[in-house]
Amino acid sequence: MAQPVLISPHAESKRPFLTEQRRSRITAYTFISPFFILFSIFGLYPIFFTIYLSFFKWDAMGPMKYVGMKNYELITSDPTFWISFSNTLIMGVMGTVPQIMLALLIAVLLQSGMTRFKKTFRILFFMPNITSIVAVTLVFSTLFGNNGMINWMLNGLGLESMAFNSGWWGVKIAISTMVMWRWTGYNAIIFLSGLQSIPTDLYEAARIDGANRRQQFTFITLPLLKPFIVFVTLISTIGALQLFTEPYVFLGQSGTGSTRQEGVTMVTYLYSEAFRNGFFGTAAATAVMLFLVTIIFSVINMLVSSRMGGDTGGRKK
Amino acid sequence: MSTLGVFRKKPDDMGLLGKIGFYFILILGALVSVFPFYWMFVVASNDKGAVFHVPPLLTLGDQFIDNFKRVLEKSDFFQAIGNSLFVSSMVTISVVFFCTLAGYAFAKYEFPFKNILFYFVIATLFVPQQLGVLPTYVIMAKLHWIDSFKALIVPAMVNAFGIFWMRQYISTAVHTELIEAGRIDGGGHFRIFWNIAIPVITPAMATLGILNFMTVWNDFFWPLVVLKSREHYTIQIALQQLFTTRDGIDYGMIMSATFTATLPLLVVFLLFSRWVIAGLTSGAIKS
Repeated sequence: MAQPVLISPHAESKRPFLTEQRRSRITAYTFISPFFILFSIFGLYPIFFTIYLSFFKWDAMGPMKYVGMKNYELITSDPTFWISFSNTLIMGVMGTVPQIMLALLIAVLLQSGMTRFKKTFRILFFMPNITSIVAVTLVFSTLFGNNGMINWMLNGLGLESMAFNSGWWGVKIAISTMVMWRWTGYNAIIFLSGLQSIPTDLYEAARIDGANRRQQFTFITLPLLKPFIVFVTLISTIGALQLFTEPYVFLGQSGTGSTRQEGVTMVTYLYSEAFRNGFFGTAAATAVMLFLVTIIFSVINMLVSSRMGGDTGGRKK
Repeated sequence: MSTLGVFRKKPDDMGLLGKIGFYFILILGALVSVFPFYWMFVVASNDKGAVFHVPPLLTLGDQFIDNFKRVLEKSDFFQAIGNSLFVSSMVTISVVFFCTLAGYAFAKYEFPFKNILFYFVIATLFVPQQLGVLPTYVIMAKLHWIDSFKALIVPAMVNAFGIFWMRQYISTAVHTELIEAGRIDGGGHFRIFWNIAIPVITPAMATLGILNFMTVWNDFFWPLVVLKSREHYTIQIALQQLFTTRDGIDYGMIMSATFTATLPLLVVFLLFSRWVIAGLTSGAIKS
């Protein structure tokens, strides 16, 4: 008796079923559309327009004037551009390389079975990362002052004071330290979760085979941690190329501004070209150069990591 | 057996000296991580000369209120805090809503190009925002949004990280049977999302909210580009402006402001540290 009642809506629903599928697709597209709309306007379009803009002379108000490669010639013949380029690379290396090694060390120590208070250490190491870069820079500029604590420590070790806020290397050391302070703990926690994903029986097997600590590290830990190292290196590299706030705030104090040669980076150069001098064309050319450098470094990162060991990491990306 | 036991013990047992070195590095690292926070308050609570005292002053003073009064004279500190609160809250509400919606669609719907679109979302995580700053500025100028909060809020209303984070959580936390049951009961798509999915995923939404609030609160580059007038400054710009004051830098004042602006985030972080750490590192762990 009940059967026909049950069957009939089923039979009827054959055609509506298709429209239900279509409706569910439309719903899904609607749900994801805000991101794609906003990204097209404020993410994708700006990148293409930046490339277009780099061939024009423009002050952001008057008419645009096509100048061909002139903007690129202008910036590549400007010594400040090349200083900003090399500063960005130097501080990138100084901030990133020691940071990743230190983070790896901290992660390995935290992972070790004998460490107690793991959770507390995790929180403490992570604290710097929630601080704003402005706050970090302000605090460190007191520590790196001419009579500041760092110089006091250097003197205590029998070394000479360094001019951290004006010297060629001093400024770079100060800025790289700020970057390192804010990110080392963060990267250590990422490495730590990587270490925790490595099955412990691998180590046990290695121990039975007589592998010592260093062998375990180089033959188990490093290869299995590779995807995490690749990710952290990639993110740190991209971040290092975008360095802006630390030098801008740190060098801003003297009034001469952030384009001082010791600490000018590519983004500070871009910023001052556009928003101080009103040269949007050359600023756009700088952005394009920065974009190319970012791509080149990301590709190098990928190539190097797929050469090394080549198994686990390549699959993930 | 006995040799096995020896092997098993040996690599972990580094002896007393090793153990001391081990903890020495960890504790030194933790001190380096925490000291600047303490130092911030030392400078903020002592008088002007304390910052470059030799040997360095490490004790707290009683000048905090006086230092902070000078902050209020030199800047619209609470106005800036209010502005940051407003902008961060608006962005956060919007980000949590739209990212949850999109994450839900990516986790629980089938539609053409789903994977390609999702990989595209992930790929945008690697595109630095700074690169498109000039055209974005021009768009804002065309819309007459320069020096308004709209310029800060609208572009940030939804982001790739949030979508990624919510999708990961929703795929495991919301059971497909629940959604199907809702559909059989005749619930509309949005109603099912709102009444069935949302209640299950509030922890992930809260985490995303906290993370996003912190990011917007700490943002500096874009506010610096678009905000022109003092009464619109966010807290980070206000702090930076204190530092550029030409007539001798008053570190006691600057640090009292910096400390006050950092404290709320620090409290939130310590209260919700587990969630915050999980959220901030999830990009690496799950990709």
